[in-house]
Amino acid sequence: MDLNFTPQEAAFQAEVRTFLRDNLPAEFARAVRDGDELPKALMEEWHAILNGQGWLATTWPKEFGGPGWTPVQRHIFEEECARANAPRIVPFGLAMLGPVLQKFGTPAQQAEYLPRILDGTDWWCQGYSEPGAGSDLASLKTRAMRDGDDYVINGQKTWTTLGQYANRIFCLVRTQTEGKPQAGISFILVDVDTPGIEMRPIRLIEGGYEVNEVFFTDVRVPASRLVGQENEGWTIAKFLLTHERTNIAGVGFSMQALDELKALARRIRRNAKPLIENPLFAARLAQAEIDLEAMKITNLRMLVRAREQGGPGPETSILKIKGTVVRQALNDLSRRALGPAAAPFPSEDLLGNASLVPEEHARNAARYFNNRKLSIFGGSNEIQRNILTKAMLEL
Amino acid sequence: MDFNLTEDRRMLAETLNRYLADQYGAAHREQVAYAAPFHDPQKWREIADLGILQALAPETAGGFGGAGFDITVVFEALGRALCPEPVLPTLMASRLLAAAGVEQGALLDGTMRYGVGLGELESPYALDQIETHAENGRLSGRKSVIYGGNDADRFLVAARNGPGIAVYEVLATDAQVKGYGLIDGGGAAELFLENTPARLLMEDAGGAVNDALDAGALALCGEAVGLMDVTLQTLLEYLRTRKQFGRTIGSFQALQHRVVDMVTEIEQSRSITILAASRMGADDQSRSVSMAKNLIGRTAKLVAEETIQMHGGIAMTWEAPVSHYAKRLTMLDHQLGDTDEHLERVMAGYVKSQAAPG
Repeated sequence: MDLNFTPQEAAFQAEVRTFLRDNLPAEFARAVRDGDELPKALMEEWHAILNGQGWLATTWPKEFGGPGWTPVQRHIFEEECARANAPRIVPFGLAMLGPVLQKFGTPAQQAEYLPRILDGTDWWCQGYSEPGAGSDLASLKTRAMRDGDDYVINGQKTWTTLGQYANRIFCLVRTQTEGKPQAGISFILVDVDTPGIEMRPIRLIEGGYEVNEVFFTDVRVPASRLVGQENEGWTIAKFLLTHERTNIAGVGFSMQALDELKALARRIRRNAKPLIENPLFAARLAQAEIDLEAMKITNLRMLVRAREQGGPGPETSILKIKGTVVRQALNDLSRRALGPAAAPFPSEDLLGNASLVPEEHARNAARYFNNRKLSIFGGSNEIQRNILTKAMLEL
Repeated sequence: MDFNLTEDRRMLAETLNRYLADQYGAAHREQVAYAAPFHDPQKWREIADLGILQALAPETAGGFGGAGFDITVVFEALGRALCPEPVLPTLMASRLLAAAGVEQGALLDGTMRYGVGLGELESPYALDQIETHAENGRLSGRKSVIYGGNDADRFLVAARNGPGIAVYEVLATDAQVKGYGLIDGGGAAELFLENTPARLLMEDAGGAVNDALDAGALALCGEAVGLMDVTLQTLLEYLRTRKQFGRTIGSFQALQHRVVDMVTEIEQSRSITILAASRMGADDQSRSVSMAKNLIGRTAKLVAEETIQMHGGIAMTWEAPVSHYAKRLTMLDHQLGDTDEHLERVMAGYVKSQAAPG
């Protein structure tokens, strides 16, 4: 047993910290800390900074322009970025489609798309869920009919995150209606500006705008945009979802949230004492901190297991379930710590008026509401329980 | 980073697991754990002969281990077999004797058994309110529920000595000892001290006592992990075979999801126990142990109660081995600081660190 990083890993950690200190613009970190909606240009600039260092495509092997990191190095990088309040790397092209193309794409597809993901020419979004296909993804109905050299797509996708910034979308579509639902699904790449596509924003619970509905009406896509074989898209879908679960524990985000919560609870006074000395609050805080301390080790144990087994296994569902619940608990405590000051709606008006609510608190309740998504997306925590049951319990 | 046991510890675990599987089956355990002396003196000697007790002490004290992972490996194996032998008081006595610089060969070869009386009924976990006190080298007071005390040759006792806490050694023959069995098996004793002769081992023993309490709490965490592993496997086996409504009850999602929650918390408990074991001897030893004991307490309750519930009536019977695992999982929360006590210790760190910047 040795819970320490190797000297090489520790040196890498120091290198990441130095890089972030020297290259992460302070206003980016402030915007992330305050939970602002990040403008597209900010995210693109951060991607470019990371790409300049060769650290953008964290999961890619070297031959495709990734850094070729080990799972532990990736974990160190993700944790340090979270602790520094660096903007999240937008995952759809880099963490999801990239690995799919590397495994299932033709050499021509790899040559066409991978460099454009790295240099920011393409912004990808995800066309997976549908109004009638959420947790039961395989029941999706968006239809792609072969017509000469094209497919013609009709249907509707939803929950497409940051689709408003995207020029391309990867989609799961139905190419066959007979047999098991999983058997008739294909994976296809579509340009967002193709005639017949309409993107409509969905306003979220806290008032923000990050997801969209996408409508497809007779959308013509060349058959060369199919990834893998027709009707074999379900294999790709599952492969992609496993990658989506990488860093799903979000331990770094929770560590950062815990530090900020403690600082907040020391500043805020209740009944003439710092809130952190209130026994009920402190008990909830301590319980969350203990869960997070255990989570850190659980995460590392599974990273090491992934290294030994050559990839993440079904036990990563444990990380999804517990990691999201811990983070939500911290958000909940933070919201309650603010008391009445959490109540004002974070309108532009309010945000410009620091005398009413300090800027770092203005979106606190909004973040709490927004992060209720954590236990729903990426395979809801109930779906994760089904996955674990099937893979590990032999019931 | 490496989460594998060293070769030596892997062999230690294997040796003990194999011995207990062969020699300490459920039927034998039930026979010895609930009737005086509430353990098996013959098997105690055999366990000592395997070197298990020496594994709990460092070389400087005559052992060959004594690190956090030595403790968790041994107690995880004891937990798997639900073993009622008084290894925990041996571990704690060893820590105290080592701190006092007292030779402990007879303790580690199993020929001399110690009971360790630190807390008292009205201050069971924290020692700042204990009433047992020393006067002219003699002790008066009462120590309650001393694990293994029913069959101990000597006692190590924490007592007030002026402003501080001191540790004394008391011979069982010099004191009034009333032994009894425990609801989850194994034995304990009440120790009545009335101007009882005692040998002072350590003055200002607060640090050494805390260390022994930490080591003991860590051992209980290791034991709990072993207990929970076996309990979970027993439950899964039951869910795979028990049929109602024409199907195995494990096919019902209402039960599946609850089992997954148990699996998740057991993994978390294993993680925090690893963390605490790695921090033994470090500055944050006590805080890490308290974190572990708190999470273990929460998980042990979940595992015990859910296992009984999902087994239905069968787990309500004395005959079902799983019921004894559930009892032990529940009652170890009553030893060396319960879930709330350890949570409060973690919380106390928030107030102390007010003074520190950041």
